Order: sequence, then structure tokens, then C-alpha cells
Amino acid sequence: MKLLFSIIFVFCTYIAFSQDDLMDVLNKELPKQTTYATATFKSTRVINGQSIETVAKNHLDFRISHRFGTINSGYKELWGLDQSRIRLGLEYGITDNLMVGVGRSSYQKTYDYFMKWKVVKQSSGARKMPISVAVFFSDATNTMDTSTDLPFYNNLERQSYTTQILIARKFNDRLSLQLSPTIIHNNKTESFLDQNTIYALGAGGRIKLNKRTSFNIEYFYVPTSIMQGKTQLDPLKTNNLSVGFDIETGGHVFQLHVSNSRGMIEKQFITATADSWANGGIYYGFNISRIFSFDKKEKAKKH
Amino acid sequence: MKKIQLMLLLCLFSSIVTHAQYYMTQKGETSFFSETPMENISAINSMVGAVINPITNDVVVKMNIAQFKFQNKLMEEHFNENYMETEKFPTATFKGKIFEKIDFSKDGTYDISIKGIVTIHGVSKDKTVIGKLSIAKEQVMFTGNFDVKLVDYNIEVPTLVFAKIAESIAVKNKLVLTIKK
Repeated sequence: MKLLFSIIFVFCTYIAFSQDDLMDVLNKELPKQTTYATATFKSTRVINGQSIETVAKNHLDFRISHRFGTINSGYKELWGLDQSRIRLGLEYGITDNLMVGVGRSSYQKTYDYFMKWKVVKQSSGARKMPISVAVFFSDATNTMDTSTDLPFYNNLERQSYTTQILIARKFNDRLSLQLSPTIIHNNKTESFLDQNTIYALGAGGRIKLNKRTSFNIEYFYVPTSIMQGKTQLDPLKTNNLSVGFDIETGGHVFQLHVSNSRGMIEKQFITATADSWANGGIYYGFNISRIFSFDKKEKAKKH
Repeated sequence: MKKIQLMLLLCLFSSIVTHAQYYMTQKGETSFFSETPMENISAINSMVGAVINPITNDVVVKMNIAQFKFQNKLMEEHFNENYMETEKFPTATFKGKIFEKIDFSKDGTYDISIKGIVTIHGVSKDKTVIGKLSIAKEQVMFTGNFDVKLVDYNIEVPTLVFAKIAESIAVKNKLVLTIKK
């Protein structure tokens, strides 16, 4: 009788385990699904520079970017808080992988227009892709009055073009890194020592500190010369280094940071940064990003 | 001794039978809805896998959390990044047993309850899902709803957005399973 019970017991456990067997059947039969990496960065900017992220389809990102003056400007300027430069931007997702945007920077009264296209998306599962790749094109128009410092003889001279390839990888839910090879062409250079075409390499990354805050760092390196050619930039100019935090609250992302650049668009922070961290030429600044969804389906499809 | 032999035989027999045929789907639908005065949030996952064993009445369901689609992409991002922690807990599962006796060879609609364990966000809880099972030819359709209380599954909602997300989320399921030999 004892034996019978033990066998019944075995039989029962067999039944209990059969759900796990059934799960194995399901796991075997299920087609492998592709999972795309999301939120490699919280925002479309790492700090100054573009990140791999694009605004989603039919979503509008209203960005307010602000830079105070330098910390070393002394008490008379309240260590920079008296001064400010602002960029207002409207950026829209045409598809989930293609976005366009316009912006106006008060620094040099510059308008900028850009598009960013995510070409390759990092994914795991059925289709494996280790990195995400995006391309970024922009044109910036300096609308300052012509002056003896920077004379403009025609409108073409006011244009600067930027091309970037953004290569990023989200290593895990905390760490993301990005490389951004960049070419900038200024039709008119601000210094006679500058070349019209500047080659630069950007690197950036983020470490998530908790679910809503991440620490970001970004550096743009402009080699002195390319292939032993002419000096690229006026030696007085410096490379741009920025560090900051992203703080996310619902539909907003706040980016608080310090940077040695006052400009917020590529031609300004890559080819026109003149301050250096070493002597306190640091600007405190923030970006605010507010995303609005214009997806019509959302309104129509109320359950 | 004979009884033992019989039992062993039964064991063997049942293992053969249980592996003989299943009802299965890879495209089941699970959706959820959160309603508050401030904001309504809904999402649907139409890549839900499920298997029913008609002999043992066992049911298993599995879905990838990343397959939940929202109309607002920002919500989708927050859902995966902040609430479900999808990278850490990529799937939700249900393992259970249909309580009632059901003759899968007969067409008809049955009110059923499935008792089992649901695992969401890495937390397993006992759950009884009440729903309807319709059998027609070689196809079985299950529809059933249940509520998920966020605190039960350690899903934290910060006080700042607390008013926008319901404490209890209504989950709807529709699984159309076909016979698989």
C-alpha cells in the first residue's frame, strides 16, 4: 500500500510538472521575436550634440535650451547668471526613424534646420544587431548684421553645413556609449586661421543612476590637422567637453549640465568653442524637452 | 504488484497521451487599460503564446513585455524602462489548470476558471482567471479578464505621476488556439 501511495505521489508530481513541460513546448514552438533597444539615451541630445534617438512618429518635441555666462566672469556678472543664450526648437517625427527639426539660437542669431535618420537599430532576439546607426544633416544660417569682424557679402556665406554619423550601443540598461564622426563646412570662417571644412570626432555616453536620472558626458575632439594638412582651427579654440544630468518626469526631460561651449548647435560648439575648463570658462546650462503626441489613432481608439 | 504495474502503465500511457496533441497559438492578444481622471493609458500585445493541454487541462501563457504597443511612444518607453524593467524581466507568464471538466471534442461555450500562478515583473502570485472557452471544430477561443494590482508585483509608481496611473490595471485576454499534433 505504501508503495502504491508513493507511486501515486510520483504520478501526481508528474502532472504538476507537466505545466513546465507545456511551457517547454511553448518555448520551442514560439517564433523568436526581435527586441529593439529602446531609450539608448533619454533625449535626442546627449548634451550639446545629437544622440542616436529620434522623436517618434507624429510626436513633437518642443525644446528650450539655455546657457548662462561663464562661471569665471566674476561677482559682477553673478558668476555668469546675468547673461543668457537660448535656443528654441521644434522637432517632429515623420516616421519612427526619421525626424526633422528647426531651431533658432540667440547666439549669433542663428537658424538651424536638420534631419536625422535612424538607419540601423540595435536589436536582440531573432535579428541581432549590436549597434544603432543614424545620420544627421543640418544647415545653420547666421542672420547677424554684416560687420567688419565678420562681413557677409551674400547669403550663401551665412550657411554652415553639418554631417554626422552617430554610432551608439546600449550595453545594458545603465550604460550607453556613442561615437559621432562629424564634418562641418562653414562657408565663411570666423577666423582667417580656420579651415572651411572641419573634421571632428565626438564621443558621449550615459550612466543611469536610477530609473529617472542619468549622468551624461560628451567630448568633441577636433584634430589639429588631418593627414599632415593645414591646421584645422585657430589655436585659440578649444575642444568641447560637457558633463551633466538627465532628469525625466513624465513627458518632460530636463538636462542640466556644464560645458565650455556657449553655442548649442554643431557649428558653434565644435568649431567655435573658445573657452576652456582649465581657467573656469564653463557655462552652466539646461535643456528642457517636452514631447507632445499627435497620434490621431490615440484619440480615436479609446476602448 | 499488479496495481503498481497498472500505475506505471498509466504513467507511461498518460505521458504519451499528454504529448500527443495541444491547442496552441502564437498570436494571442493581451491588452490592458488604466483609467484615471487625468489620463487613460492602453496598450496591446498581439504576440502572446499559449498552449492548452486538453487531456490534463493545463494551460500556459507566455508573452514578451517589449511587444506591448502604445499609441504614445513615450509611454511605451516609460512602461519598459521605468515600470516593467523589461531588460531585467523580459517576459510575463501564466501556468495554470482549468478547474472545470471540459470535453474538448464537443463544440460549445463553457464558463471556466483557470487556477494558477502568474509571473509579472519577476513576482509570482496565485491567480484565478475567470473567462469563457468556446470550442468550435479544431479551434478553441479563450476570453478572460483579470485585474493586476501594481503593488502586488513590486511595480513602483512615483508620487509625481501617481495620479496618472491606476492602482489596479484591467487586463483583457483573447486567445484563439488551434490544434497542434
